[in-house]
Amino acid sequence: MIPQEIHDALTGSFGEAILASKLDGVPDPWIRVAPDVLKEIARFLRDDERMQFDALMLLTGMDYTQGRLGVVYHLHSRKWKHKIVLKAEVSADQPHVQSVESIWKTANWYEREAFDMYGVLFDGHPDLRRILMPDDWEGYPLRKDYQVPEFYNGMKVPY
Amino acid sequence: MDVTVSAHKEGVIADVDAFRKPVTIPGLGRALRAEEMVINMGPQHPSTHGVLRLELVVDGEIVVDVIPHIGYLHRCFEKHCEHMSNYQQVVPYVDRLDYVAAMSNEFGYAVAVEKLLKIQVPERVEYIRVIMAEFSRIISHLIALGTYGLDMGAFTPFLYCMRDREHVLDIIEETCGARLLYNYMWVGGLSHDVKPNFQDKTRAFCKYFRPKIAELNELLSYNKIFIERTAGVGVLPPEVAINYGASGPVLRGSGVKWDLRKDDPYSIYSRFEFDIPVGKGIKGEVGDCWDRYMVRVHEMEQSVNIIEQAVEHLPAGDVQSAIPKRIRPEAGEVYVRTETPKGELGFYVVSDGTQSPYRVKVRPPCFVNLSAIPAMCHGAMIADVVAILGSIDIVLGEIDR
Repeated sequence: MIPQEIHDALTGSFGEAILASKLDGVPDPWIRVAPDVLKEIARFLRDDERMQFDALMLLTGMDYTQGRLGVVYHLHSRKWKHKIVLKAEVSADQPHVQSVESIWKTANWYEREAFDMYGVLFDGHPDLRRILMPDDWEGYPLRKDYQVPEFYNGMKVPY
Repeated sequence: MDVTVSAHKEGVIADVDAFRKPVTIPGLGRALRAEEMVINMGPQHPSTHGVLRLELVVDGEIVVDVIPHIGYLHRCFEKHCEHMSNYQQVVPYVDRLDYVAAMSNEFGYAVAVEKLLKIQVPERVEYIRVIMAEFSRIISHLIALGTYGLDMGAFTPFLYCMRDREHVLDIIEETCGARLLYNYMWVGGLSHDVKPNFQDKTRAFCKYFRPKIAELNELLSYNKIFIERTAGVGVLPPEVAINYGASGPVLRGSGVKWDLRKDDPYSIYSRFEFDIPVGKGIKGEVGDCWDRYMVRVHEMEQSVNIIEQAVEHLPAGDVQSAIPKRIRPEAGEVYVRTETPKGELGFYVVSDGTQSPYRVKVRPPCFVNLSAIPAMCHGAMIADVVAILGSIDIVLGEIDR
C-alpha cells in the first residue's frame, strides 16, 4: 500500500485519533497519532491483512523542546514491503504513551531506552527500568535542557 | 514437664516471616521460587565479549530466565552527535560503535546524511565503499567465528582467523592508514583514494582466502565436539526472531531469507550477484547456534564473490569531487538502514536546518539481537548460555553507545 492508502485506512478505523500527517515530498512519510490509542493502532497495523507491519524497525524518543516530547515508530512490512512512520507527541509534564511491547517484543528495550534518555512513560510496559544509565541516575540525558550534575555518588561528573 | 520453647525467644530465628517473604529481582517480573537460584555472569567474564552482565535464574543446572544488564560502556554517543559543529565530525564517532567492523558503520551514516542532503556520490566511491564494507564483513565474521571457537574450547581456529584477518587489515591500512578505526567514508566521498596496486592485492586476497574458508570448515565447523556443543542449542524460531526484531545472521540462522542488500537495496548492491545463506538445521534444529555460526561462514564466501565482481568493474574517477564544502541539510528527517555484519544498522537523522544534527538515533543490531537472549536461553544448561551468547556475536561498543 502507498502511504496515502495506509493513512486513509487508519482514518477510516480510528477517525480523530489521526492528528496530522506528511505523506508527500519527504523520504519517510509520517502520520501523527494520539498517544492514548497508540496500542490499538499498532495492533491494527500489525494484524490487518492489508497492513501486516511485522517489523518495528526503530522506536525513537525525541525532544521537540518547548515542553514537548515525542516518540517515533518506524514500521515495515516484510510481506507487502511497505513502510510508514508513526509519531506521537506528549507534554513533558505528562509524558504518557501506551506501550507497544505486547505487539512487538522488540519494543521492550527501545521503550526502556526512550524512558531512560527522555523520561517518556510507557503505560503497560512490564519492566520499565533504566537500561543504559545507572538505576540511581537523576535526570534524562538526551533532553535538550539537560544539565550534567556536578557529582554522581560523590564522583565528579564533568571532566 | 511441659516445655514450650519459642524459637523467637531463644533467638534462633529472629524473624520467621522474613524467610517467607518472596524474593523479587528487578526485571524478572515475578517472585523467585524456592528452588530457584540466581547466578551472576559478568561484567568481568571472558565469554561475555566485553562488559555485559547477565543474571541467570537457574533451577539446578537449567536456565529458567536471563536478565541482561547493559550500559557499562555507555558514553552517550547520541548526545555527542548533537553537540558536533558539523555532520562530518560524527564520522570518527560512528567508527566506535561496532569497532570490529567500523567501515560498515561509516557506510550507513554516510548513506543516511547523503540521502538527507540529496547528493549522489561518484561511481568509484560507491564501488570502493562496497568493497570496504564487504571486507569489514569478512573481518567481523572472522573475529566472531574465531572467538566462538575459543568460547567452545577450540584455541587453534582463533589463531587461523586472526591470521587471515591480518591480510584484510593490511589492505585497508595501505588505503587509509588505520587498522581498526578508519574515518574513511566521509559524507559525499572518501578520505583517500585507493593505491594503484589495490586491485591486484584484493584479487590476490580473494584467491588466498577461499581455500582458508574450507580449512576453517575442516578445523571447526564440522568438528564433532563443536557440533555437540552448538547443534540443537539455543533454538530461536523464525516467528519469535521476527517479533523480537532480530536481524543479520541471527535472523537468517532461523531460516528467514532476509538481507537488506537484496530486500531493501542501498548503494549499488543491486548490481552484484550473490546468495543469501540461511540456516537449514542440518546438524540440529533450524535456528540453533550451529546454524547461526554456519550462516556467517557462508556469508564470507558471498562477500568474496561481491568483492571480486566489484574489483573487476572498479571505474576511474575522483573520490572527493562530491564532498560538500559545507553541510547544511534542509529541515527534515531520514531513516536509513544498512546490512552490517551484525545485522540491520539504522541511522535516524533529524535536521533542523543548522550545521549540526538535531538528533542522531542509532538502531544498533546487537542491541536488538541481544534483547532476544531470554527467548533463546529458556530451558538451556548454564554452559549453553556461553554458546548462545557467542552465537549472537555482540559488540558492546554498539549496544551501549
